[in-house]
Amino acid sequence: MKKIFLGILIIVGFNNRYFAQNSEGRVIPAIDLKTVDGKIISSSKFSNNGKPMIIDFWATWCKPCKKELDAISEDYTDWTKETGVKLIAISIDESRSSGKVGTDAKSHGWDFEVYIDENQDFKRAMNVGDIPQVFVINGNGEIVWQHSGYIDGSEAHLLEIIKKVERGEKIVD
Amino acid sequence: MKKNDAYLFKITACLVALFITNIILAQVNLTGIKDLNIGEVHGNFQANAQYYIADSSIGAEAAAEKMLMNGFANIIFTKGKFTAGIRYESYLNGLQGYPAGYKGTGIPYRFATYKSDNLEVTVGSFYEQFGNGLTLRSYEERNLGLDNALDGIRLKYEPFKGLYLKGLVGKQRLYFSTGPGLVRGFDGEIQLNEAFKKLADKKTIVTLGASFVSKYQSDQDPTLVLPQNVGNSAGRFAIARNNFKINGEYAYKINDPSSDNNFNYKYGDAALLQASYAVKGFAVSLSGSRIDNMSYRSDRTATLTNLLINYIPALPMQHSYSLLAFYPYASQAKGEMEFSSEVKYKFKKETFLGGKYGTEITINYSGANSLDTTHIKGADIKHLGYTSNYIGIGKDMYFRDLYLEVYKKINKKWKGTLIYSYREYNKSIIQKPGSPNIYAHIAIADITYKIKQESALRLEVQNLSTKQDHQNWAYALLEYTINENWFVATGDQYNYGNEYTNERYHYYMANIGYMKNTNRIILSCGKQRAGIFCVGGVCRNVPASNGLLLTVSSSF
Repeated sequence: MKKIFLGILIIVGFNNRYFAQNSEGRVIPAIDLKTVDGKIISSSKFSNNGKPMIIDFWATWCKPCKKELDAISEDYTDWTKETGVKLIAISIDESRSSGKVGTDAKSHGWDFEVYIDENQDFKRAMNVGDIPQVFVINGNGEIVWQHSGYIDGSEAHLLEIIKKVERGEKIVD
Repeated sequence: MKKNDAYLFKITACLVALFITNIILAQVNLTGIKDLNIGEVHGNFQANAQYYIADSSIGAEAAAEKMLMNGFANIIFTKGKFTAGIRYESYLNGLQGYPAGYKGTGIPYRFATYKSDNLEVTVGSFYEQFGNGLTLRSYEERNLGLDNALDGIRLKYEPFKGLYLKGLVGKQRLYFSTGPGLVRGFDGEIQLNEAFKKLADKKTIVTLGASFVSKYQSDQDPTLVLPQNVGNSAGRFAIARNNFKINGEYAYKINDPSSDNNFNYKYGDAALLQASYAVKGFAVSLSGSRIDNMSYRSDRTATLTNLLINYIPALPMQHSYSLLAFYPYASQAKGEMEFSSEVKYKFKKETFLGGKYGTEITINYSGANSLDTTHIKGADIKHLGYTSNYIGIGKDMYFRDLYLEVYKKINKKWKGTLIYSYREYNKSIIQKPGSPNIYAHIAIADITYKIKQESALRLEVQNLSTKQDHQNWAYALLEYTINENWFVATGDQYNYGNEYTNERYHYYMANIGYMKNTNRIILSCGKQRAGIFCVGGVCRNVPASNGLLLTVSSSF
């Protein structure tokens, strides 16, 4: 009972009005990730010269994730031309399959930056539940929109969001 | 007990104070508060509530409580270089199929981290992995109830660019308490191209690493003399040049008698090697491992998934289709040799086999065998048990998976995947001693028809045929995505080939889901097998379930 009380208190305490805010203004937490070459890179270094970014959590065993990345990949050249957007794909594969992350990305022909979050530290820091989950980051490096799950065709909605972000419009979704 | 109460009182008092100051501050200056940059709070939440319906024919049990529920919420507070977080967990009572140790409610996970440019200090609960995890991996998989988080102190330090050091001391989480042993670890990694200016522009990228982990548990055995401190050390490398990559790790553990190895005093070791070559549209990857007596827990008598300090990767493919995941491989820490090989090729667009959108094929062949061991005959005063031949492969087949996949987008409306897999499975070793080997053929078709933007029909048809175990199975799943917010899915898994005709059961299930941004509500009905389950556009590792299940999740 005491523990329940404590738990509720903490949640209520932290969810107070001035703390509670929407995603806007939140910056990407700084977590170490691996490149497919084995180098370490901090997520705080993610940038796209003031243009929007997409961070997409996926794994080699996740079909909808790969469908989403394939769908974006097909029109990626157009997307970057129109909005300057850059996609960063974060694989949460464990060490049993993390060796296949780079080969999967290459064989699918994805022109994205791909990093490995082997023990899911970045996933935890970004409060990601089920994958795929995408985040849209504005030119100031702030997370302005997030979405989990992929349905055939929902990349069109993502593009709309990015266009709005690129124009500096507020996302009301 | 009194001491605990006083402690609880102090914490509560602090939180009440924090809560009140929150309100006061909020009232004092609501508009200008954002400029003050007080910090941010974010989190995620998930609850699974299940109403059980007994069905004796398929072994589904009712629960005395009728309904059971698991839930958790992560809350992370960030301000500049400072981060703190908690996870509240509730098991009232824990779902069936979940580890039985999860009972009641609590805050088993709480941490505070300070991170400057090159130093990071964490106190409280944390997850960590050294290299591939052969010496240490603390890890969570919430949906399956796996959590061996360390509770203690961790330091990460980068003395200069390219050199990464980590040190930690902690106890491992065991449900709502910690295990009896201590875990101490150190890991160092050097990225040569970053550390040495001369190598900065070289095409070959080399990373070297080493780790040492030691566990302590007192010896209270009346007959055996057990090592109280057990060290496990490993060295690793990763080399990448253009499209070619190779990495490997070797770990050596001193004698570690435990219930996992029948208290033998033999050392343990593990070797892992992975190589790949990839260009646009073509990739090959090869991997292999040799594991000998590498179970490593912070309690010698722990079983199941409790208090595992290290991680032995299982190299065969991870499958998300129901019947492909029917006979999954699990790595054998006692001893095994594993291999996996994979080729991926994409036929280019506008070619005969590629068609308008290209065609992708994947061929994977993977497997595992026993080690080539020789039992030590006669009196073995040190309880070594056996010796193993380093180069030889044992006679016993543990696992084989030959997998062929073709993926094709035909036009804007239709796309599909065809899969064939041949499986050999040593059920006796992997699941239940005394079971026969299983030989199975599995075929799958997964077809999607796009009705309009964000609305689609997807049909999965699967068949598994085998003469062993419960013989043949068929599975069909139809998923209808109504729009970006709603989906419905229904399916049946049917044991049509069971040699006992009265046991040819159907496992019906139906799902309805609502999704909006990161909010998700799914209601499922029927019986579900454990494994990775992808429906409604997301994948999740699910435990076995039956009855009516409501899943609510959100992140904010």
